[in-house]
Amino acid sequence: MAKTLSRLQNPREWLALVFVWGAAALVTATFCWLLGDIIRHGLSHISWTFLTAPPENAGRRGGIGPILVSTSLILGVCLAVSLPIGIGTAVLLAEFTSDQSLFGWMTRRSLDILAGVPSIVFGLFGNAFFCKTLGLGFSILSGGLTLACMVLPILIRSTEEGFRAVPASYRLSAAALGLSRTTTLVHLLLPAAVPGLLVGLVLGVGRAIAETAALIFTSGYVDRMPESLLDSGRALSIHIFDLSMNVSGGDANAYASALVLVIMLLAINGTASWLATYGLHRKVVTV
Amino acid sequence: MTPVEPITGLRARHPLEERPACPAPQPIVEVDRLSLYYGEKPAFQDVTLSINKGCITALVGPSGCGKTSFLTCLNRLTDLITGCRVSGRITIDALDVLAPSTNVIQLRRRIGMIFQKPNPFPLTIRRNLEFPLREHGLQDREQITQTMEATLRDVGLWDEVKDRLDSPALALSGGQQQRLCIARALALFPEVLLMDEPCSALDPLSSGVVEDLIVSLRSHYTVLIVTHNLAQARRIADYAALFWVQNGAGQLIETGTAKQIFEEPRDPLTAAYVSGMRG
Repeated sequence: MAKTLSRLQNPREWLALVFVWGAAALVTATFCWLLGDIIRHGLSHISWTFLTAPPENAGRRGGIGPILVSTSLILGVCLAVSLPIGIGTAVLLAEFTSDQSLFGWMTRRSLDILAGVPSIVFGLFGNAFFCKTLGLGFSILSGGLTLACMVLPILIRSTEEGFRAVPASYRLSAAALGLSRTTTLVHLLLPAAVPGLLVGLVLGVGRAIAETAALIFTSGYVDRMPESLLDSGRALSIHIFDLSMNVSGGDANAYASALVLVIMLLAINGTASWLATYGLHRKVVTV
Repeated sequence: MTPVEPITGLRARHPLEERPACPAPQPIVEVDRLSLYYGEKPAFQDVTLSINKGCITALVGPSGCGKTSFLTCLNRLTDLITGCRVSGRITIDALDVLAPSTNVIQLRRRIGMIFQKPNPFPLTIRRNLEFPLREHGLQDREQITQTMEATLRDVGLWDEVKDRLDSPALALSGGQQQRLCIARALALFPEVLLMDEPCSALDPLSSGVVEDLIVSLRSHYTVLIVTHNLAQARRIADYAALFWVQNGAGQLIETGTAKQIFEEPRDPLTAAYVSGMRG
């Protein structure tokens, strides 16, 4: 540090240093303040009963058991649909279409636009298509499918980047050894592209699990324990929204639910980065 | 397409000798009026050349005259490049390389390739050798192990890596990585080995080791090597071919035995190049 400071004799460099450190501190402080607030208000309400019991009195009392189940089911449907479609499309875009092809260009542009579409639009689309046209009604299935549509653009684009980051020499040397494209893809490119896939997954799941607007219109509000994927189920984020906006005296449980949501997100991020660093070492071994 | 025959057994393997001689001339690869275009731009045009079995043929010439492009035609890596067009005829032991019906997987097993930059897969040393063998149909664990050891011995790597076969291949030194790549290619029993400046990314010591290895391949394999290092070509090659850019495209200027090319060149360009006056 002293060494860095002694080199900064120009006042403009000082100013730049103060600015970048200040900006970083501001971002970190905002996050810490937010997290601290949630922990301070929410932690004391979290207990095993809170995590398992059904909500009572519109959520003022009781727990979030059915809501956690609905949230996991919605997320499960979303991943089960978006992962295979996402990886498939990314493979097509990165490995089987040339950079100049019109099809590839159009697909990429549409995905980039879709990634920026407000979630409420996805909600209305999901309501019109999954709930009404396909007749799935307000259900966990409709909600999960709508989230899958939302997550796909992010997932595909970052997985595609993952494939593109794999050095071209792998493809050439594999081809020169007479390995088929499928083998090269499954054994070399896919494992090497996993970090990109995981980044997309974390961003996508993060967006999905925190989603409210798209789910209000598709998976609905019902806070009972779902009995099948065709039942309506309330997601955690909707529960928080409802408690803090519509239910007077629901703040304490809203904070506790928010804390659970944040913990879930951190757990998913942690698992993904653990997978990227350790879990895949058996498959691909770099230095 | 002809189906790919799996590698079922091991061909009799003889350990590589120190300085084997080049056998009597017997063409194995025949190239007839071969041209390659990237889009509209020709990389090289009208190359006619025959490569003798069991010998080392060096392709020399300045950068950008199509030597590497020429190599990639022989194992049809050109298929991977969009906008690349090849015309002419290549036969390897009566197999028409450029025919659409030719099975490229089988072709690439018969014609191995070593690249300028060592490119082992990001797998363990063992998996680097085992994976292509399994993909080509060799499933017997015992045979795989034998082949692995034999090829690693051929490239002089066995004693260096036998105790760490399960460590990452990318942790090896540059020279070791290149020898591993050569072992990986040899494990598939190719007839022809294409080498694209295999020593140029290595330090002088490793380069010497790899060069000695290439010399020991003579008579067991047909080697076609691109090199910018004239001294190296002079040391190792039996035959040489000079490429040069003329009229905006690579051309084959002169071909002959290495002795003739380096000592009694017929073409004035060759004379100027090998004497160091041009290129």
